Amino acid sequence: MTALVPTRDDVARAPGGGQRRRPALPVSVAISVVALAGAGALSLLVGARAVPLASVWDTTHPLHAVVEARLDRTVLGLAVGAALGLAGALMQGLTRNPLADPGILGVNAGATFAMVVGMTAFGAAEMGQFLPLAFVGAALAAAVVHGIASLGRDGATPMKLAITGAALSAGLASWTTGLLLADRKTMETFRFWQVGTVAGRGTDVLVAGLPFLVVGVVLALAGARLLDTLALGDDLARGLGRRTTRDRLVIALAIVLLAGTATALAGPIAFVGLVVPHVVRALVGPDHRRLLPFSMLAGAVLVVVADTVGRIVLPPAEVQVGIMAAVVGVPVFIALIRRTGRAL
Amino acid sequence: MTVTLGRPAIAEPPAPDALDVVRRARRAPVRHHRRLLASLVVALAGAFAARVLLGDFTVTVPDFVRIVGGEQIPGASYIVMESKLPRAVLAVLVGVAFGVGGAIFQTTLRNPLASPDIVGISLGASAAAVSAIALAGWTGWPVSAAAVVGALAVALAVRAVAGDHGGFRLVLAGIGLAAAMQSVIQYVFTRVDEYDVQLVLRWLTGSVNGVAWQAIGLLALALAVLLPATAWVARSLRATELGDDAAAGLGVGRGRTDLLMLLGVLLVAVAVAAAGPVAFVAFLSGPIARALNRGRTTLPAAGLVGAVIVLAGDYAGAYAFADLNLPVGVVTGALGAPFLLWLLARGPLDAHRGRRAG
Amino acid sequence: MTAATPTSPHARLEASDLTLGYTDTSVVRDLDLQVPTGRITVIVGANACGKSTLLRGLARLLRPRSGSVLLDGEAIHRLPTKQVARTLGLLPQNPVAPEGVTVADLVGRGRHPHHGPFGRWTSADDEAVAEALTLTDTLGLADRVVDELSGGQRQRVWIAMALAQGTDLLLLDEPTTYLDVAHQVEMLDLLAELNARRGTTIVMVLHDLNLSARYADHLVALHTGRIVAEGSPHEVVTEDVVRTVFGLDNRVIDDPVSHTPLVVPVGRHRPRQPAPSSTVSPASQEIR
Repeated sequence: MTALVPTRDDVARAPGGGQRRRPALPVSVAISVVALAGAGALSLLVGARAVPLASVWDTTHPLHAVVEARLDRTVLGLAVGAALGLAGALMQGLTRNPLADPGILGVNAGATFAMVVGMTAFGAAEMGQFLPLAFVGAALAAAVVHGIASLGRDGATPMKLAITGAALSAGLASWTTGLLLADRKTMETFRFWQVGTVAGRGTDVLVAGLPFLVVGVVLALAGARLLDTLALGDDLARGLGRRTTRDRLVIALAIVLLAGTATALAGPIAFVGLVVPHVVRALVGPDHRRLLPFSMLAGAVLVVVADTVGRIVLPPAEVQVGIMAAVVGVPVFIALIRRTGRAL
Repeated sequence: MTVTLGRPAIAEPPAPDALDVVRRARRAPVRHHRRLLASLVVALAGAFAARVLLGDFTVTVPDFVRIVGGEQIPGASYIVMESKLPRAVLAVLVGVAFGVGGAIFQTTLRNPLASPDIVGISLGASAAAVSAIALAGWTGWPVSAAAVVGALAVALAVRAVAGDHGGFRLVLAGIGLAAAMQSVIQYVFTRVDEYDVQLVLRWLTGSVNGVAWQAIGLLALALAVLLPATAWVARSLRATELGDDAAAGLGVGRGRTDLLMLLGVLLVAVAVAAAGPVAFVAFLSGPIARALNRGRTTLPAAGLVGAVIVLAGDYAGAYAFADLNLPVGVVTGALGAPFLLWLLARGPLDAHRGRRAG
Repeated sequence: MTAATPTSPHARLEASDLTLGYTDTSVVRDLDLQVPTGRITVIVGANACGKSTLLRGLARLLRPRSGSVLLDGEAIHRLPTKQVARTLGLLPQNPVAPEGVTVADLVGRGRHPHHGPFGRWTSADDEAVAEALTLTDTLGLADRVVDELSGGQRQRVWIAMALAQGTDLLLLDEPTTYLDVAHQVEMLDLLAELNARRGTTIVMVLHDLNLSARYADHLVALHTGRIVAEGSPHEVVTEDVVRTVFGLDNRVIDDPVSHTPLVVPVGRHRPRQPAPSSTVSPASQEIR
């Protein structure tokens, strides 16, 4: 299974994927910063109503209110995208599975279900209440999926993880629907939240989630070295003196914080966590110390761009981020299957 | 190991008792299968009677006969003819279609996971139907046609992605497409008016509630064509089950298999068009029927099991919780997922009995 | 052993100018082959030389890119596939036994080509199954589930299925894979007896050159999709041919049992000579 996510040697040997072909680190950093700034600017200016550049800083400009509203969703998009990109890279590293993604492995469904339980059973209504619920749901779902997929002699193969995740997602979706049918009020809130969007959430939502995101990011970046050893396989990592169970728990905690918060803030968004690490790996290589921060940046760019494009692609309606992510993600998913199909 | 090495040359042509041995060995499974079908029919009849007669409004058998005979009994007539009976009939039809369609997929692709609800066929039909209703404002049979087109499109896409590799690549491609179809449905979900939410929910989870007799008739008509056609084509399953090469050696080409798969897609599509993607029925029926049939494939039993599941699920959804009428899809999804997880936890699915074709 | 020659008076199955391949590569090129009727033909060659591809082509599983396969003088791809299945049987390399299926049921599936559109099971079918089980000595397993059988038993059951098909020609792709050496010999003995008893024409791909030389009447050596040598084992299994086909330095000696050619690889390794004990320790320690 180690061969599924390329190790450093694999990539160096692979035709066209060698170290030399990749841009140097400063270039990658520069590209990322430019992409991030460009995405942010576009998100502020583009929409159902395009605004001139001047209105961004001119507080007296008649269109300044539009910019302010867009600022909220842009910042939220950056935060959610960074969390999802990072969570995807962590999951792929932790499970050594190229198809890992919080959406596909059922983590989002777990967070969603827990939040709906909270809404209907305990009357939860604020982000401060949703977040712990989302964490618990995400953690339980991740544990169940990984636990079940790990049974059997061949361990947690990509195949079994994906199927288990799909099964759990489908089952949780049914339970969620059942709860919603019993409570029409929750249903009205929920149907706009469940599609995954960064629009119309407000600043306080982000403020509530931000501390958890920061802790998740710190844990993740600190855990980069752990993932590099874990990538060699549990036996070898243990041979190198790592305590693999503790290492895994640290990474898993980071994943739950990041994916759980992102789901609580923006609703379930699949495929961002899947696509981003693969693109980034092609650019900066498999070393997690680089892969993780760049996945974070690329995730932020992807979600903000997806949100911006979603505003103008089907006027007058808006296409939510969750759907735009699927539009981008499904072809990548299929390409991955075609490439790694033999190993599955 | 009972093989004895260095046996004498081949034995003489079959003695009369050899014929007896073969006949007995061949008939035992056939007889068991017949008994199984008979008991499933009894179970189905029982579930049907319970669904129609019991519940929060009990109808006696004589009353039921009089109502169906056309006699008007105030209150009871309406409830039976407009709610209980159509629900039960639709549940049976949908269950049979999902059960047979799912078993066709699982048997032809030789993978219990490759059922139409997991590889996105049901959701494809659903996404097309819900788009037609909510975005284009269609009603009636064009919606069914859209569902069929959606199912076929997803089936072709999955097939194209999986290529000749079939098997697990196909399942994964299907999971990806199912997620995409889910996104489409969710998008439509945000676009409809509040009072249409019930309607859309049908296309997300599946429900046999509130369907007009006309739609049920349309489904019955479709099944009256598709099921005999399936029975006709499915005779080749005895050969295709042995692998593509062995089947070709027995004179069964890929065309036959493709035709059978097409029938499976159509069965699922017409069922979705009538009741939405009732979760996991297509996935569950085949393996349950197989387990009841001592591990052997059986399409008719799968259909009957599907019908029983949908009937029982609808009954439970309607009456298990006091003032809450859950659609059948919620019940089957909520109970089917643990079954799938159990199946995954129990067996090495991908070590398909040691040897795998391709 | 000299009875079988390529110029058999009438070959029911032949390939003429046959080119076979997958999406963009040709695996078998411009090949001519006449399968001697009533004999055992064995196709040998190194891995990826096209021997399985050729067998699949002969069994009409692969459509020729050019040239044709003729069955009784007619292009096999134009014949109705069910009609072909009544003349030519195939045991592929990886047949799949459906879950829970009994031996009698599996073998009975070989009767598929003999059933018409409304074909019902007849007593003729029962007789064919009984005969196939008797011939392969699997009658005692008739009501057992195939999954539960040992590898050797299972392979015999598959051959019984191919026999129940009642064809004059039988094509087998590596029928001895997954079997230990005792069961390999057992399996090939069974096929040889079938050939002798029923006159069934057998074409098979085999891995083991020495067993091929022992059981073949007609041996076909393939190298990169072309026939390098063809004829009786004595004509084909020579040091030169083996060197060309397998890239193996070898000696060919007489098989003391069957008096067919026996290939002995040369290789580089020779067993260590028993050495005086005084010289062993320092050297062996250094090597470690």
